[in-house]
Amino acid sequence: MAKDSLPHLSSYRHRLPVRIAHWINVVCLFIMLLSGLQIFNAHAALYWGSASDFDAPWLYIGAARTEDGPAGRTELLGRQFDTAGFLGTSGDADNPEMRAFPAWLTIPGPRWLAMGRQWHFFFAWILVINALLYLTWSAASGHLRELWPNRADWRGIGRSLWDHLLLRHPTGEAATRYNVLQKLAYLGVIFGLGTLIVLTGLCMSPRMDTVLEPLLQLFGGRQSARSLHFIAAMGFVLFVAIHLFEVIVTGPWNNLRSMITGRYDYRADVPGNSRENSHGEQ
Amino acid sequence: MANNKRRHALKMMLALGGGALLSGCDRLSRSDRFVRLLNTAEPLNEKLQRALTGSALAREYTTADISPVFRPNGETDPQNSAYRQLAANQFADYRLEVGGRVQAPQRLTLADIRALPARTQITRHDCVEGWSAIGQWTGARLAALLDLVQPMGDANYVVFRCADLWGRSQEPYYESIDLEEARHPQTLLAYELNGAPLPIANGAPLRLRVERQLGYKMAKYIMAIELVNSFAHIGGGRGGYWEDRGYAWYAGI
Repeated sequence: MAKDSLPHLSSYRHRLPVRIAHWINVVCLFIMLLSGLQIFNAHAALYWGSASDFDAPWLYIGAARTEDGPAGRTELLGRQFDTAGFLGTSGDADNPEMRAFPAWLTIPGPRWLAMGRQWHFFFAWILVINALLYLTWSAASGHLRELWPNRADWRGIGRSLWDHLLLRHPTGEAATRYNVLQKLAYLGVIFGLGTLIVLTGLCMSPRMDTVLEPLLQLFGGRQSARSLHFIAAMGFVLFVAIHLFEVIVTGPWNNLRSMITGRYDYRADVPGNSRENSHGEQ
Repeated sequence: MANNKRRHALKMMLALGGGALLSGCDRLSRSDRFVRLLNTAEPLNEKLQRALTGSALAREYTTADISPVFRPNGETDPQNSAYRQLAANQFADYRLEVGGRVQAPQRLTLADIRALPARTQITRHDCVEGWSAIGQWTGARLAALLDLVQPMGDANYVVFRCADLWGRSQEPYYESIDLEEARHPQTLLAYELNGAPLPIANGAPLRLRVERQLGYKMAKYIMAIELVNSFAHIGGGRGGYWEDRGYAWYAGI
């Protein structure tokens, strides 16, 4: 049977609350990341512990003086990298601006810590309120249960990992449901990275620290909390990169539409075609 | 070839789209209405944090935790002649003016201030830039000074006027806190750092310690203290030098 002659079906893949929460997250994460980099730029060094040991940051972005003027350098765990044009120095190649992250990666573009903080703290509220509404709805509607891997998921995790690495994705009816790696990625981001970034963010507030000392101890001090906040943000960047990659390789327009209208098109399973059914025999 | 062109077009689209998005954010940052919207978060942060933390104390550390160098920030050596004269004389001629909405205005020498009920605490200082340093502070409790001058019923804020001059217009640094913060047990007019007289770099002869807020609230080189009903008529009207430049008045976050 030729592939094209298989019947086309469509399913309602994402319910409205999921779609709304998703797009609010897109806006918030974009703004939180870029305003966060603006805030980072005010002191482009990260430390472990309670206070800053200015001689021993584990990450430092600065500029070295060279004959040709300042040149961006990044020090990570004691190793130095030449990052001129991107980190440390950026902008006009003949007359670069000295700043950790470049203007095209910060909100606002120019060095403006006060404004970066205003953006960050406003959208933090939107992000957290959105997350709480989503979690409440997810728990009440059974969506959260759908996200939780079942026994079959756990058994198939090795195969799913292998399939993902070979870019073999479910095409039939299975594509209308979350696969196990998706489930783990989403749960990990929501309950792992999401929780970590909110709590480490709160731990940077000197007023909140008066009642969050146990949490601060867990993170290893305020400077550790700042480091972990940055690392969690990079975790979000990694997640978004993989997420976008998967969206593109599994049919960008169909995926995009399913997150806008909910509708997702797929081909019917026929015996011998569905990967889920036939995998063991291949 | 066609593929290359398409890739080029896609790159251009991404660059243009991204650029438009970011320049949009910059335009919004300059729109009064949008910035007012962003600022609606500030009173929320303040109310929530006050409700959650009450009058809890900031953590106090041990001598082993003290930073080898307490990084001075902002002004570290005021050059104006009035301050230089005071410094040349080890602040023997220094007088702290305390006035405004008070029953008993005062003019205090450093000896008078040292005679007030004092407190020593090892605390962490968090700069708005992101770094932290730990130091041991000794100073007069601001609550004790308030008891001495007796604020009037309509006094809401304590304003600190400083000797350091800033910017092209040589504007004196100033800051303000409310009475709740002023009466907090850890709020000090510090005259010692790590057991030695407060160095000029860190704000000699007197600086504020407000341990539950960021560094820019902790005015250095304090020359006068004024109790006011409102700070709308002072400086840019937002309660502090950095507040007038867009930083939040409530710096607990």
